[in-house]
Amino acid sequence: MAAPMLRWWCLGRRWLLACIDGGSRHGRGAAIGFTSSRKRGQTSVAQQPLITSQKSRKGEHEWAAVVGLEIHAQISSNSKLFSGSRVHFAAPPNSLVSFFDASLPGTLPVLNRRCVEAAVMTGLALNCCINKKSLFDRKHYFYADLPAGYQITQQRLPIAVNGSLAYSVCVGKKPSRVITKTVRIKQIQLEQDSGKSLHDELRSQTLIDLNRAGVGLLEVVLEPDMSCGEEAATAVRELQLILQALGTSRANMAEGQLRVDANVSVHHPGEPLGVRTEVKNLNSAKFLAKAIDSEIERQIHELENGREILNETRSFDYKLGCTMPMRDKEGKQDYRFMPEPNLPPLLLYDTESLPPGADPQQVINIDWIREQLPELPSETRERLIQQYGILPEHSFALLNEVGLLEFFQNVIKETRAEPKKVTSWVLNIFLGFLKQQNLAVNESPVTPSALAELLNLLDRKAISSTAAKQVFEELWRSEGKTPSQIVSEKQLELMQDQEALEQACHTVMEGHPQVNNIHPPISLPGTLTALKRALDKVMDVKRGNPRAINKLIGLVRKATLSRADPTAIKEILERKLSP
Amino acid sequence: MLGRTLREVSAALKQGQITPTELCQKCLSLIKKTKFLNAYITVSEEVALKQAEESEKRYKKGRSLGDLDGIPIAVKDNFSTSGIETTCASNMLKGYVPPYNATVVQKLLDQGAVLMGKTNLDEFAMGSGSTDGAFGPVKNPWSYSKQYREKRKQKPHGENEDSDWLITGGSSGGSAAAVAAFTCFAALGSDTGGSTRNPAAHCGVVGFKPSYGLVSRHGLIPLVNSMDVPGILTRCVDDAAIVLGMLAGHDPKDSTTIQDPVKPFTLPTLTDVSELCIGIPKEYLAPELSCEVRSFWSKAANLFESEGAKVIEVSLPHTSYSIVCYHVLCTSEVASNMARFDGLEYGHRCDINVSTEAMYAATRREGFNDVVRGRILAGNFFLLKENYENYFIKAQKVRRLIANDFVKVFNSGVDVLLTPTTLQEAAPYLEFIKEDNRTRSAQDDIFTQAVNMAGLPAVSVPVALSNQGLPIGLQFIGRAFCDQQLLKIAKWFEKQVQFPVIQLQELMNDGSSVSEIEKLASVSLKH
Repeated sequence: MAAPMLRWWCLGRRWLLACIDGGSRHGRGAAIGFTSSRKRGQTSVAQQPLITSQKSRKGEHEWAAVVGLEIHAQISSNSKLFSGSRVHFAAPPNSLVSFFDASLPGTLPVLNRRCVEAAVMTGLALNCCINKKSLFDRKHYFYADLPAGYQITQQRLPIAVNGSLAYSVCVGKKPSRVITKTVRIKQIQLEQDSGKSLHDELRSQTLIDLNRAGVGLLEVVLEPDMSCGEEAATAVRELQLILQALGTSRANMAEGQLRVDANVSVHHPGEPLGVRTEVKNLNSAKFLAKAIDSEIERQIHELENGREILNETRSFDYKLGCTMPMRDKEGKQDYRFMPEPNLPPLLLYDTESLPPGADPQQVINIDWIREQLPELPSETRERLIQQYGILPEHSFALLNEVGLLEFFQNVIKETRAEPKKVTSWVLNIFLGFLKQQNLAVNESPVTPSALAELLNLLDRKAISSTAAKQVFEELWRSEGKTPSQIVSEKQLELMQDQEALEQACHTVMEGHPQVNNIHPPISLPGTLTALKRALDKVMDVKRGNPRAINKLIGLVRKATLSRADPTAIKEILERKLSP
Repeated sequence: MLGRTLREVSAALKQGQITPTELCQKCLSLIKKTKFLNAYITVSEEVALKQAEESEKRYKKGRSLGDLDGIPIAVKDNFSTSGIETTCASNMLKGYVPPYNATVVQKLLDQGAVLMGKTNLDEFAMGSGSTDGAFGPVKNPWSYSKQYREKRKQKPHGENEDSDWLITGGSSGGSAAAVAAFTCFAALGSDTGGSTRNPAAHCGVVGFKPSYGLVSRHGLIPLVNSMDVPGILTRCVDDAAIVLGMLAGHDPKDSTTIQDPVKPFTLPTLTDVSELCIGIPKEYLAPELSCEVRSFWSKAANLFESEGAKVIEVSLPHTSYSIVCYHVLCTSEVASNMARFDGLEYGHRCDINVSTEAMYAATRREGFNDVVRGRILAGNFFLLKENYENYFIKAQKVRRLIANDFVKVFNSGVDVLLTPTTLQEAAPYLEFIKEDNRTRSAQDDIFTQAVNMAGLPAVSVPVALSNQGLPIGLQFIGRAFCDQQLLKIAKWFEKQVQFPVIQLQELMNDGSSVSEIEKLASVSLKH
């Protein structure tokens, strides 16, 4: 399975698993070494230091980076957190704005039940303690896309606290080991999104779109338990998969449904934590790891040159590939938090505490939501490994693309082929085609049924695997044709006629009389060119070896337009060649 | 006809003695005659006539919507009214026409009430005189009453006696004046620290503050969200009960309203008070309390006692902290609530456009008066991270203590508390403005404010006229959500005291005397 794995690495490396391969990733600054380091908090999850990416030579300074994340996930709901406006991406500007969203005086917030349920469900999936009483606060700042002059959030008592998120990183080169790490989740809070400001530099205008203003967000605060960009990116990816599995957020970074801020600091292990910076608006999956790593490098570089790290807000310039201080965030903001007086405390119940005779429309039962929890990505992967005997890495790969798992399962349902075979086809050929054309799974021209049928043909040896690939290409091109139709049109089925096959072998042997005797192999020079030369020579001097017979098999296959089963040919040839 | 109570005129409409249009026109003409009172910021004449016409059609078809159908009402200009300018008496909202009705406004309209206009107030309801609005002060109709003018003649105050008009109290002074001057039969006010009860006492009308959460705040432009309630101003307790019956109940748009359904009710007449226990809070015997008010207060207590009620002295020990506590909580919420007025989405916007920040600053400087700006500044100070614990949190704790004072008293078996509403009768404008808004508010709210801290229902009932011929009100405070019981007791009391009707003959009848008063009024303005 080495080849499929390689391919899969190339396709999904960005997200899938952090592949830490002994330092080359961070190797730009030669002196940089990372060790996993986390705040030694009370509840610190026991973890083995994962990467000591550079073997630190004695006497050399060793740096450890500490990374914490604040992730904003837009809640997938029909209406906004506190108003009835619809939520929709890319609607015409200011078309989804209620009186409350525009902060018309006298309007009041009314909490959206769906958003609360989404927060509870997410909290449960992230092993949080759900607070049966949580509060809302106002966070004040003046900004053009914040119409009320404050954001309603949960500063004092959030809806969920003290959770954890497990994510897996892949260590070493092949064969790689999958290691599960855990990051603590400090809290999950419900809050309003702001609107969008569009700065028209040319006319020095700012245009405001309030469609997003008031959309429900889950702010998930991850403790500084991560030590490099790749870990952070992997944790974010896992969170993304969980949110998508729960349906609580579409978590599409390109559409801004998942936004990440990172707190980064570096220090010498054993010494107090360094001054941290906040890298804002890491809104692209592609640059998340890169931005964090470049900030780590920058901090180390500054410190090693005797400079100080300022507690500041920075943003990542993806063109320059480094972080820059944010101008408009200069100076300390005092948000003047205050309880939101228009929302009573949010009370949640479990089956035990549910008041008798309570109107189910008026109360939220945590236990009931717990029962609704779908299979989480980690459970799905475990099940795939158990059920189909596939490799852990493949279980990750199957979950990594939206819809891929479903596609895989649909193929499995309709084929007799081995799950491993199906995995290989789905992850290599199918996914490869998708990537090449930049398509999503649901845009694939090949249906699961078609692939299943193709694999069935392959499984009962009706076609060779070379022919199967050809059929697949054909399927990709010409929609509507079934694999069987393509096979018969192109005459790709394996020759079942033993006599014809014998005849073909005979003809080939006749054409190459020199290969009549098979002798034990001679020892070959090491390099491939030498090998080829030697092989040719062998053929020429009629000395023969297993490679010689392979050559004949190749010729027979060529003669039969690849329709002959190599095993059958080999059998015939061996019989014919044996003295 | 205009001198009748809401219940009486409702009966007259049902009996066909008068049509809604006639009634509406009478009120409109009186509003014009009393324009110098400055009770209304906006008179919605066209809308009112149209609503009256609709009402008239219903009456003709025998399909009246109920007691409020065709009844002229007025609404304080800090309630959102769809299609009608809503200013909060501030330059900030001059020209702002809301696209929606406050829930209470909608409920009144749904009952067929006829909206005469939007009444004057202190800017954003910050004040206790109705003197600090962008559209000028409201004049107390009692300044022009026969009762007051006769007393003034007896005791001449020098040459300017007629220009010495009186304030209404506030901040719902426009609503109180509108009801007192017979230009409508009921008006909505708002009450955060006494803003409905205070002007009611000064204008000789009933001012009712419902329990917090009983009536929706949706559409009421907030002062202090945790204390605001829509208030009801009427000429008698029964009328207040009718209006409350229409307004009370859960509103899905206001999460702080009670969930339990409120049944419509009619106020029963109490005949026997011997089962009642009336509490007299000793802390309300303030040194600044005028002798007259004090004497009416004790007469009222005696009245209950003589009718068999148990009257006991009770203690609300944290009362004296109420003012300062209110100051912190009020300004903090004000700072927050006023943040939305930035000139972007609605309201005033300055001409400066060098930067968004400069635009904010100039807009807010131009839009708000000194009182509002002062409170915003103070509130932001209290909310600063370094001050939050010391001020806001502490004030919240004190608030809890104040609320608990009431809980303890009511748990000890007291049914209602009887207190003064104000320290004295209405002050002349020229005297009133000698003190700044903050000092005035602190003085004037002392009997009313603690009630808002605790979210309790309270009603000011006019009791009698002072030596000067000016109304004096007393306040009843009830248990939370026992609004009906409170009104029942207030109604009994109202019947016993037989408060005199304001005599505004010159205003009511067409005649030259009106213009005479107007002349006097305009003279007074020049002072």
